[in-house]
Amino acid sequence: MKTVYVDNNATTKVAPEVLEAMLPYFSEFYGNPSSMHFFGGQVQKKMDEARAKVADFLGADPSEIVFTSCGTESDNAAILGTLESYPEKRHLITTRVEHPAVGNLSTYLGRKGYRVTELSVDREGRLDLDELKESITDETALVTIMYANNETGVIFPIEEIGEIVKAKGIPFHSDAVQAAGKIPLNMKKSKLDMLSISGHKLHAPKGIGVLYIRKGTRFSPFIIGGHQEKGRRGGTENVPYIIGLGIACELAKKNMEQENTRVKALRDYLETKILEKIPNTLVNGDRSHRLPNTLSVSFEYVEGESILLLLSDLGICASSGSACTSGSLEPSHVLRAMGVPFTAAHGSIRFSLSIYNTKEEMDYIIEHLPPIIQRLRDISPFWKDYLKSQGKD
Amino acid sequence: MWDYTEKVKDHFLNPRNVGEIEDPDGAGEVGSLACGDALRLTFKLDENKRIKEVKFKTFGCASAIASSSALTEIIKGMTLEEAEKVTNQDIANYLGGLPEEKMHCSVMGREALEAAIANYRGQKVAKEDFEVICTCFGVTDREIIKAIRENDLKTVEQVTYYTKAGGGCGKCHPKIESLIERVRKEMEKEIPPPKPEKKKLSNIQKIKLIEETLGREIIPALKADGGDLDLIDVEGNKVWVALRGKCSFCPSSEFTLKQYVESKLREFVSDEIEVEEVRP
Repeated sequence: MKTVYVDNNATTKVAPEVLEAMLPYFSEFYGNPSSMHFFGGQVQKKMDEARAKVADFLGADPSEIVFTSCGTESDNAAILGTLESYPEKRHLITTRVEHPAVGNLSTYLGRKGYRVTELSVDREGRLDLDELKESITDETALVTIMYANNETGVIFPIEEIGEIVKAKGIPFHSDAVQAAGKIPLNMKKSKLDMLSISGHKLHAPKGIGVLYIRKGTRFSPFIIGGHQEKGRRGGTENVPYIIGLGIACELAKKNMEQENTRVKALRDYLETKILEKIPNTLVNGDRSHRLPNTLSVSFEYVEGESILLLLSDLGICASSGSACTSGSLEPSHVLRAMGVPFTAAHGSIRFSLSIYNTKEEMDYIIEHLPPIIQRLRDISPFWKDYLKSQGKD
Repeated sequence: MWDYTEKVKDHFLNPRNVGEIEDPDGAGEVGSLACGDALRLTFKLDENKRIKEVKFKTFGCASAIASSSALTEIIKGMTLEEAEKVTNQDIANYLGGLPEEKMHCSVMGREALEAAIANYRGQKVAKEDFEVICTCFGVTDREIIKAIRENDLKTVEQVTYYTKAGGGCGKCHPKIESLIERVRKEMEKEIPPPKPEKKKLSNIQKIKLIEETLGREIIPALKADGGDLDLIDVEGNKVWVALRGKCSFCPSSEFTLKQYVESKLREFVSDEIEVEEVRP
């Protein structure tokens, strides 16, 4: 069976160039970059090169790059590290549609006595910037707002938000795990103080992340230990993965145009064909401000897990915001926050593409998806009810 | 990814008895679009008051569809008195088990059956008579108590897995906790019922049950170790099987047979089963 992998917002394939660059650092060059001897020193040098590549990709200075173990650690370090630096301020502003790395941490902080404002989104998944303006107070320690949503791909106007937040002098962080590699990021021109990215979303392996910390930002380390990362993150550096991430960032910069032309065209093709061939289907999220690779669609009157398993049976790997896939009983918090009706929220499927996808793969999905939806609708009691109500039965 | 049994996958990919009977003798519907799953069950009885035809329509995940399909297979041919005794555990067992988080799918099956039988009898299962404990999913104390009793539930998390109650905002968790405490106290006081006698089986029924038990309880485990097993013959309570694959030359296969196959068949078929091995 062939595999059509369209779940790249979950994780991506490690690029062959990345893997190749990493391997010597497991076997040959295993030195500790902190060591005083040449054997560690040569590794230090390579790590510096990787740091420079990551910095170049983000439009940052190498000294502003802190390597972490994953996106979640970067988010936790940014939020907890900032709150620690402003102990007198007890208010945090975020959104209702964050990734759990930020969302569940905010809930936790709420229980610990912080006041947490979760900004709402509209039916298209957009923020109301007036709500943001109104919620900022002298007590606000940090504003953390994701760059782009992992489920719908909706991109938030981070720079516009930055204008508002920085005018009040408040630290501003963004989880850019889904944005990195898909849309250009340039910290030199940005209002952001901190930004999180994750390696495995841009063809580096799982287990490596970055926290960008702008020079002059108040920050207390989250992992306390050795002097590594200029004292901002203890622990011996994950050298092979850092080397890999450097290459991945270099590739991502090179492939940025392709992401926004060829990949976007494939996504648009998939979207158009699905909407054309399957009735009662709706796209979730603001289509004019959306990552080029992401498509979240809801099929009314059917349930997402069933769709995923039937797709999986054909080798197609996607994901769903349905309740049943997560083990929770309610559909995705993102779709609920957007007010997607229940008829559609349970039947949502996310296709997320990468540069490795092809037109043939899109055609394969387009060929097999309509009969799957029809088959499940034939089993669903609500589809017939719906047809009856429309006088189509 | 959920660890579904082959039987769940089979009933999901090839659901039995899909549809809606026009002019049914009994019809029941539980769940809703908002809850994420729903089941509509319709049946017709024959002249002997046995379920002649039963059909389902389900909106939900793979295990909800498989549970509905299994339910229709289980109750076909039963009288309503027999069907009434079918528990959610029977549905789950028929499927070779469900992930615990998905047990509410089997409970939905049992509830739809209950509703359809009540509908046939002209009774109403009025939600108003009971206290709604979980407002997110509209689950009453009656449903929760039944699930606790039938499945021997001990924690709030389990109650959520089996009934969905408490799976939304979580405000009802203290109420569920006190319900569990109350029901378990009642259960302790009640004298445990005597072990039900295994039904007297006809030869055909027995062979079928042996086959089912082997297929569900034994062969998957043997296969996991690279072995397999064939049923050769059945005479009275003597069962002849042949081991295949790795098992056939395993020195401990006699032990495998006696301890494992026999105990399972005794558990599910008859206490008097004796297993013999046919050597090639």
